[in-house]
Parts: sequence; C-alpha cells; structure tokens
Amino acid sequence: MAVTTPDLPKKTNRIGLEHTLYRGGKTTLCAGCGHNAISERIIDAFYEMGIDPKEVIKLSGIGCSSKSPAYFLGTSHGFNSVHGRMPSVGTGAVLANRRLMAIGVSGDGDTGAIGIGQFVHLMRRNVPIIYIIEDNGCYGLTKGQFSPTADIGSKLKTGVVNDLTPIDTCALAIELGASFVARSFSGDKKQLLSILKASLSHRGTALIDVISPCVTFNDHEGSTKSYAYVKDHDEPVGEVSFVPFFEDISVEYDAGTTKEVQMHDGSKLYLKKVAEDYDPTDKLNAVRTIHETAQRGEFATGILYVEPDKPDFLELLNIVDEPLATLPTDRVRPGREVLAELMDSLR
Amino acid sequence: MAPTDVAAHDGAAHPAHHRIVNDFSIQVATVNGSGSQTANLVLLRSLFQMGVPVSGKNMFPSNIAGLPTWYTIRANKDGYVGRKKEIDFLVAMNVETAREDVLSLESGAAVLYDEPLKLSALRDDLVFYAVPFDKIVAQVCHDAKLRRLVKNMIYDGVLSRLLNIDLSEMDHALRRQLGKKAKAIELNLAALEAGSAFAQEHLAKRDPYWVERMNETAGMILVEGNAAAAMGCMMAGVTVIAWYPITPSSSLPETLISYMKKYRIDKDSGKATFAIVQAEDEIAAIGMVVGAGWAGARAMTSTSGPGISLMSEFAGLAYYAEVPGVIFDIQRVGPSTGLPTRTAQGDILKVATLSHGDTKHIMLIPASVEECYTMAMVAFDLAERFQTLVFVMSDLDLGMNTWMSPAFTYPDAPLDRGKILDAAAVQQVAEWGRYRDVDGDGIPYRTIPGSGAPAYFTRGSGHNEKGQYSERPDDYVHNMERLARKFDTARDYVPKPILIGALDSDIAIVGYGSSHWAIEESRDQLAREAGASTAYMRLRAYPFTEELEAFIDHHQRIYVVEQNRDAQMLSLMRLALSAERGAKLRKVLHYNGLPIDARSITDEILAQEGISQKPSVTPALVGDTE
Repeated sequence: MAVTTPDLPKKTNRIGLEHTLYRGGKTTLCAGCGHNAISERIIDAFYEMGIDPKEVIKLSGIGCSSKSPAYFLGTSHGFNSVHGRMPSVGTGAVLANRRLMAIGVSGDGDTGAIGIGQFVHLMRRNVPIIYIIEDNGCYGLTKGQFSPTADIGSKLKTGVVNDLTPIDTCALAIELGASFVARSFSGDKKQLLSILKASLSHRGTALIDVISPCVTFNDHEGSTKSYAYVKDHDEPVGEVSFVPFFEDISVEYDAGTTKEVQMHDGSKLYLKKVAEDYDPTDKLNAVRTIHETAQRGEFATGILYVEPDKPDFLELLNIVDEPLATLPTDRVRPGREVLAELMDSLR
Repeated sequence: MAPTDVAAHDGAAHPAHHRIVNDFSIQVATVNGSGSQTANLVLLRSLFQMGVPVSGKNMFPSNIAGLPTWYTIRANKDGYVGRKKEIDFLVAMNVETAREDVLSLESGAAVLYDEPLKLSALRDDLVFYAVPFDKIVAQVCHDAKLRRLVKNMIYDGVLSRLLNIDLSEMDHALRRQLGKKAKAIELNLAALEAGSAFAQEHLAKRDPYWVERMNETAGMILVEGNAAAAMGCMMAGVTVIAWYPITPSSSLPETLISYMKKYRIDKDSGKATFAIVQAEDEIAAIGMVVGAGWAGARAMTSTSGPGISLMSEFAGLAYYAEVPGVIFDIQRVGPSTGLPTRTAQGDILKVATLSHGDTKHIMLIPASVEECYTMAMVAFDLAERFQTLVFVMSDLDLGMNTWMSPAFTYPDAPLDRGKILDAAAVQQVAEWGRYRDVDGDGIPYRTIPGSGAPAYFTRGSGHNEKGQYSERPDDYVHNMERLARKFDTARDYVPKPILIGALDSDIAIVGYGSSHWAIEESRDQLAREAGASTAYMRLRAYPFTEELEAFIDHHQRIYVVEQNRDAQMLSLMRLALSAERGAKLRKVLHYNGLPIDARSITDEILAQEGISQKPSVTPALVGDTE
C-alpha cells in the first residue's frame, strides 16, 4: 500500500546536508552517561558549522569515551585505536592529509594515565586536532577505579577515598603551549556547543576537557564528578558567544564587559565576563584562574585560553598544500638524474 | 729507543720473498671521539680507488668519547667482504687496549704502534713498526689544539708507504672526504705526507702484505645499508616518516632527512612533499605511521630491538585493523639494552609474530646494501598491497658499516598502491564491506578518508566484514581465517629465496641477511679445505615460499646459519615446516656481537659433519648435534 506524502522541504545546513547525516550509530553507553550528551553537541556543532562529514576523521583511544565516535558522524571515517595513543594516530592521519578535520575523543584515564606522554607532545606540537576529554574521574569500562583526574578527597562507591593530587589537563595543556584550551560540563548544552563551534574554527590543537559524570560508578554523594556536585561548582569564566565566519551578524557589545577574539578562519568569539576581569589570551592569568578555582573546589569553565594565530604543526613542517597521501608519483619519486647524482657521490 | 732501532731489532716473521697481495685485514684500535674516522675512511677509499675490493667495519662503544673503538678494513682480491676473523695488520693507537690487541693477534701479523706504547717486547712472532706520532704531528701542526685531529692521518701516510698504497689516491680520498674545508685539507695532507716520509726514512718493510692495483671496483659504490635504505624509501615515494633516535637505526632517518630536504622539495612552492617527525618515543612513532597509513600515505619508521618491543601493541592493531606501514628494524644485540653498538639477527622470531594474539607479519631480509635499497621499495608496495605492516630486517653490520656494491638502478615499476576504492568505484560494487574477501585472496578493499568514498569504522576490537563491532564467534573465526589466507597470498609476492650452488650437494646451508657474505666465503673454504660441494639457499622473506621446502627435500642435513643464540630462523622454519623437514635442520650460530665470519661457519660445519680435525674454538659458536 503506497501512501504518498507531500515533499516537505527538509531542513538543511549551509552545505545542504540534513541533521540526520551527522548522526552516528546507536549508543551502547549507559543511559544518562554524560558522554552521550557530548556526542549530541558534537553532532550539532558539525551540522551548524556546515562541515562535510566526508572531510572529517574521528579518532579515539580505549575506554567508554573512546567508544563514542561510533555514535556521531556516521559517514565519517573513524579510528578507535589503542589505549592512550590516539594523539599519535591522529597526528599521522593529519600529516597524511592536511585537509582532513580531525576530532579525537579520549577519557581521563586514556589521557591522564596511559596516554599522558602522547597528550603532552600533541599539545607541544599544536597539531590541528580537536581533542575532547570526556572526564568523569574514573575508569568506567573496568568498573569504576580512580583515574588521574579524580580530586583529592573524592570518594568511590566502595568508599575508597582518593588521596593523590589530580592532573589538571587544562592547566597542563596551557603550560605545554596548547593554543585553544577549554573546560565545560556535559550538562551545559549552550556553553559546550559554543565551545565546540569555536574549536572548529581554530587552527591547531583545541583541547576541551568536558566534565562528564559517570552515572554508574561516579555519580554518588562524595564524588566531585557527580552531576549534583558539578552543577553546584561550575564557575564559568565568561559567557561564550560564537559567530561563525559565514554568518553576517554584527554583535553589539560593551567593550568593558566583553572580549572579542578573532579566530583563524574569520569567525568571532565573544566572551562576556561574568565575575572577574577574565582575558582568555592571557596565559598566566588563565593558569592562575584554573588553580584558584580548583582550590575553592570549583571548576572554571569556558574558553580558558586561546591563541588563534599560533602556527600549527603543518605550517612548521612546511608541507605542500595538497594531501601527502595522494600526491602523484612524479611528485614523490625523484627522477633518474637524482639517483645518478647520488651514485656519483658514492663512487 | 729510536724508531730505527725498533725496526732493526724486531724479528721478521716472514721471509722477504713471501708476498700476500690484496688479501689482508687492517684493524685500527683507537678511542672514540679521537677523530680517527676520517683517517679510516680515507684508507678504505684509497684501496677502493685502486680497484681492490674492500669492506669497512666499525666496532664502536655505546659512548660519545673516550672508550675503545676498532675500525677494521678488509682488502680482498676475491671479493670477500665479510668480517675476517684474523687481524693481519694492527694499528695500535689506544693505550687502554694495545696490550690485549697485540696479544690476540695470530702469529705473523704486523703492528704499527704509537712509539710510547712500547709494544714490541710483548711478542717475538710479530712484525712491529714504531711511529712517534706526537713528534711527527708537532712538526706539521703548530696549533696544539688541532693535533689530536690530524694525528690519525699519520698512520695513513705510514701505511701508504708500507703497503704500497698510492699517496695520490689518499690525497684524492682525503679531499673528497673533507670537501671544501681548505684548512683541514691542508693540515691533514701535511700529516699524511709526514707519515709517508717517516716510513720511507725509518721503517724497513718486513711484513708480507702488499697492495697492487686491480680493476674490481669499476662502476661500484661504497655505501652504508642505512643510507641505501634511505634512498630506497625516497624512491618509493614515502611521504610520512616518524622516528625516534636509537642506535643503530638513527642514521637511516637522518640520511633520509638530508636526501628529502635536497630532492623532495616542491620546486614551485618551495614546500615539502613529505613530513618527518621525531616522535616522543617508538610507540608514538609507529602510532603516527599507523595513522598516516590509514589515511592513505606511504608511511614508515625505523628502529631497533628496544623500539620493536615498544611497538608491539600497535603492530597487532595494524595487523588486525589492516593498516599499511613500513618498519625498518636495524637489529642490534639484545635482550634489553644489550650491546647497542654490536650486531645481531636477534629479532627474527619476535617480529614474525609481534604483538599479542595470533599475529603474523611480513618480513623482508636484505643481505646487501643493494637489497636495502630495492627492498625498501618492495616493502612499501607490499604494505599497501596487503594492508599490513612490512618489516625490513636489516642489522647493524649491514646498516652502519661501509659496503661495496654495484651502483643502484632506477626503479621502473610503478608504485603499487593496492586495493583502494574511490567514490566512483564504490558505486560499481554491489555491497562494499571493508573486510570482505571479494577476490578470494584474503585481501579486502579499503577506502581512504577524505577521498569521498564511503567511510568505515576502524577498530582493534572484534569486527565483521563491514567493520562493525562484533563479538560473534563466527565473525571472529571468519576474519582470522581470512587474515591467514591473506598471509598465504603474500607467499606469491615476497622476494623468493635465492639458490646458490647445485641441489644435492654434499653440504646444504640456509642463511639470510648480512650472514650472506661470510657464508659465501665459507662455501669456498669448504670446497678448498674439505672438497665439499655446497648448496646454499638465501632466504629473503617471511612467509617462506615453496622453494625452501624443495631445497630441504634435496638434502639430508641443512645447516641454518644465523646470528643469534636461540636459532630463531630455524625455529620459525620448524613452525612452518613438517616435522620431517624440520628434523633435518642444524644450527650454526654466531652471537658475540661481532659480524659473523667465514672461518667460524666453516669450522662449525666441518665439526658437525665430522670432517674437521680442528675443534671449534669460538666460545660464541654453538652447534646442534641432534
């Protein structure tokens, strides 16, 4: 039985793609997992920015967080690699094809423990990758052990209390020379979406640490990464407004309360100061703010540091504009005269 | 004691008429960091320029300055370029080792030594030449700070006179070595000539070793295996290189960097058609290779044993997720840090199955610098054809020492980029599955990110034909069996072993890699000393091919020559062969860190055959009499 329905104009983004094209497979993570909310925001950000999923690669390490690339951008190539080593795989892929837009998803264990070495060197190199840490302070997939981002005094379900200093990935990234560093909360849709969209306009590594509560193993009383705790202790450094380069919107703002940052692709970032006079281009102030809020038991969220014009790794390597992967043979195999010259030098 | 007195009183070991022409080894014993390398290379090259087959081997410490180092040059009219066990002519410059160096010489050898070392009293069956290096250098080099650097050139000058090497050839070699450094050339030439003049005036020739011009090096080149491999990689069109410094591998990427900067910069844009990254460790290096290979680039790394151990997890990922990449393993002595500056073939068994679970990797095994060059290109083709890692199993002896070779030829074959579907090609396919065996050869079709072709999700976890996550037993078994089938297909593509000599000979030998040169020389020794004919099969790859089985079937006992303790290749062969064939294999092993030599092989084979009267004296050599 055929039912004809009138063709309604479907809603598409600026490159004519529907929102459903940005979706991925059905999530297998726990209901209520913060990671699923992050996947939703990633889908929205890529859709709203009008980025072709065929030019995107999704990367991850191992863990609950690292499963999530299967749940967004289903038409993009994805690579779920080995534990803690997503940065190197991403680096290699971006070197092979500089036109790819790379988004990597990691966790606090995948980044802060086994992967801290590769994390450190990715930040140093400023490889153009969006690096999201889905940060719940514990190992979900192996049933709730502490990770290196667990706060001192935070309690496991079993009652075990963490007595080791946490690694603050944002402060560390700034120290290492990262050029875009943000922290958000999976429950803050608006802020996270703005940050993600801004990261898509950034050239270089964009580190986004997203507090993403683990509903199964770390959402109880005494945990400092529970929904309740994070909601109470989220302290935005500014209200993030993002205007992409392709939208002709003029924003009126008070220069005394709002900081404008011009992104590399021409997009504009407006950061409205909330409490203090926060300048996200001031590295020392950013690190100080992170530490001061942490001392109060709060999370400083928002775009903590941005350096839009820092040369990325590809620029430092002076690579040709075309993807290295598909250069034709005559551009990658030197001619007979080169071999003859080399042979002459060895006779 | 004046040098003339030494000459007058040292006992001559050979009668004056006894001449050994173009068949000797010279060992220069010095301390590392003393700048002797220029003098050694000038000596090597001057012999080469005179048409005499040569090889140069550096036995150096894992240290920057101050520890003993030995450089051995072998000149051989018959073209033997493997290490010669006996040293015929010692140049003793190192006070720390001089005594032991002299005591370990065979009777009749010659010793050129720094006069203050007073070595001539140690033995009366050697020929001693004392040279007052400090006095001579003071006369030709007024700047005391530079004397240490030019002092070594004096022994070249002395040797040119004693061995009859044309000084003009040394002059030529020196200018070539130093390029445009006018001041350095001037000082070194002065030292060279002073050494020669000293020898003429004060030293009477009493050793039997002579150099005469030949014509055996015309058209040949002198090169290290790592440089040859670097050339091969550049010609293979490599675009992404990630590496971490480790001896004896580093000179491969470092030479490659110098070539790429010169020959692979786009003329129009001035930009690089490559990316080279010094990674934070070997894990990151192979991770970048895997990422780049997945994204469609020809990617490589180069490492040695400790790096191989670190890379094992990624090797398993690349095997299972089917990602191409080329890994050079310039093998050194293990386990652990081992002897970082000494050679071995110690990673064969490890690499064959590198990583946990059931894994198998393609290995290519070059025996010559020429094969370092050609196999680099083969490696990239095979990696992309089979969507897997290909390991090129070189070693320190091959990679870092200087070898003579015919000039390399330009590659005529186009690059084989393997089974890649672009967006248009996918339209032609009814239903594309990333891991589906469409052609029956076990090799699936892949798509490249960014090409517009359909995507798939790459993972090291269990997956079905479409690349979807799966823990189903049938999906797992199906996939593993296909991977095994793919590995079987590789038998038809890897370089075949080379048979030298006739089948059904008296003695059968299997060898591989840098052992080749000693084995070839040993075959001549076996023929000369025992009248034994030999059939020799040189393996060039893993997986093994059917030629190996046929070779074994033609012989009763097969000696597998290798440079490790545990007979790794033999073990790998037994895994692949029937028990009956495996039982025919015998071990001939050499693993003391020095390159294998012919004498050790010959003695061991004759002992096992029950032919030799002379028992093996090398402690590092272990026989198998099962």
